[in-house]
Amino acid sequence: MGISVEGANKSFGDFQALDDVSIEVPDGSLTALLGPSGSGKSTLLRAIAGLEDLDGGHVLIDGQDVSKKPTQKREVGFVFQHYAAFKHMTVFENVGFGLKIRKWDKAKISARVHELLDLVQLPGLADRYPSQLSGGQRQRMALARALAVEPQVLLLDEPFGALDAKVRKDLRTWLRRLHEEMHVTTIFVTHDQEEAMDVAGQLVVMNEGRVEQSGTADELYEQPANEFVMSFVGEVNRLGDDFVRPHDMEVVREADSRTVEGMVQRIVALGFEIRAEFVLGDGTEVWAQLTRNELQRLELREGEIAYLRPAQAKSFNGSSPDHPPEASTPQGPRDEGDAERSAAV
Amino acid sequence: MSSVSRRATVGGGVGSRWTLRVLGLGFLALLLVAPLVMIFFKTFEDGLMPPLEAITSENGLHALKLSLITVVIAVPLNTIFGVACALLLVRHKWKGNVVIDAVINLPFALSPIVIGLALYLLYATNGGWFGPTLEDIGVQVLFAVPGMVLACIFVSLPFVVRETVPVLQEIGTEQEQAASTLGASGWQTFWRVTLPAIRWGVAYGVVLTTARVLGEFGAVTIVSGSIAGQTETLPLFVSKEFERFNDPGAYGASVLLALLALTTLLAMNLLKRKEDA
Repeated sequence: MGISVEGANKSFGDFQALDDVSIEVPDGSLTALLGPSGSGKSTLLRAIAGLEDLDGGHVLIDGQDVSKKPTQKREVGFVFQHYAAFKHMTVFENVGFGLKIRKWDKAKISARVHELLDLVQLPGLADRYPSQLSGGQRQRMALARALAVEPQVLLLDEPFGALDAKVRKDLRTWLRRLHEEMHVTTIFVTHDQEEAMDVAGQLVVMNEGRVEQSGTADELYEQPANEFVMSFVGEVNRLGDDFVRPHDMEVVREADSRTVEGMVQRIVALGFEIRAEFVLGDGTEVWAQLTRNELQRLELREGEIAYLRPAQAKSFNGSSPDHPPEASTPQGPRDEGDAERSAAV
Repeated sequence: MSSVSRRATVGGGVGSRWTLRVLGLGFLALLLVAPLVMIFFKTFEDGLMPPLEAITSENGLHALKLSLITVVIAVPLNTIFGVACALLLVRHKWKGNVVIDAVINLPFALSPIVIGLALYLLYATNGGWFGPTLEDIGVQVLFAVPGMVLACIFVSLPFVVRETVPVLQEIGTEQEQAASTLGASGWQTFWRVTLPAIRWGVAYGVVLTTARVLGEFGAVTIVSGSIAGQTETLPLFVSKEFERFNDPGAYGASVLLALLALTTLLAMNLLKRKEDA
């Protein structure tokens, strides 16, 4: 069941949480809503579930306008960041809740609940209470509970946000596999770009209540629509009006017409990957991602002068998206203005 | 550094902790326990029979019955109202809540005797706002059970609200939202999710309400007229017997009241322990 949102608007007092947001989520896809906190991604997800009323706009599930339907009639599965487990019910009762509401008979509920507990890898925990489970187990229980009623769509609000890094990584691999098996249209909200790229086929980047860009992970990384997307979906250096990924920053020992002079400030070894930090003549700090081999070949030392040549750069000031950067070092005053502007953001 | 300073506070704490304990326990013993022990002692000074006879007298039994009737009517009404009011205050934010919040505390702030007087004036058959109309349709409020129940409801109204509001705030709305995404209607969500989650707050409110209704004296005295064998609750019976120098009656009824209150408290504790196990 595909989901579309058309011209969604929502404010909380003076705060505009959603500003004319439209998205298309194809049937059977796994889509991430990605953005910093306050970008409106959770509000959008909650509006799809009917947990938030829109001030304007429409939500369509499988082509049907559900904007006026209450949550309980929308047939959405929803998973909350903090699990929202029913604390006074056992795992069995939690997972079977929606089925009990639908007045299934006991034997059928029992069969279905145990099938789901197997699916989320919690067999044998049916009689525990949520307080006796770990965070990861609770979230899998919450997922089983949402899946029990065979929802048309599955909505996950920062589902791994409250878990530690290791569990988070396991669960996201597991979620991706689960989606491959179930094929239920899934939207999940995250502020972690790595998580979004790892799990989702389709990404929607949001900022300040608007959709900045949507597309696959590759599209967003290779052809970011603007400065925000470029810096949100990966690391970025700024050289005047140009944006350069650290791995596109070539380091050479000899100047030519396309290089910028910089002093090596710090060299950080992160295993095979080396992070070389430079300060330019105007005080701008940039860094280049090198391999250990490259570092050895260049014989870079902290405090030395080297030259940086952006292999690929982007500018979002109306000029062509891909172009070789200007040779000259950016002008001091202009760059100070930029620094101020970015500090204010 | 931190371990040294911590040890210092712990060391200094032993003395002050004992001072606190002695102060606290001494205060409790002197002001709460001693009077209760005295009552029990006095009651059974001449054996079990005198107080038992006083309580099982016609007026004593009637007083007990009337006390239980006020509890059976006032407590459920205040429980329903209290939970509804707490839901309104916590879950449905609107400007009127400030007013409700302030008015709810009124029974705590007002002296019960003032409450009794206010009800008396309102329901007086000569000149009260509601009294004459109710008399026309044959309902007697003052000097009868309805007036006494009204007085008890008034004085014990805030307990359930006050105990339920913080629990409702603490559980938050996520469980309720989860229930609605699973297809539960508002009513189903309330019975299956909200109420089980707040039940101990509500239960504690019910216990306090019951104790207050059982013990209410000031407001009930005024609206009931305290007619022996007709409009006397246990506290009024105690007061009347005391004034008549019938000590076994006064003490016996007092002990009965104390036992009823203790039973209520105990029942809740047992229920809670069973639940936690």
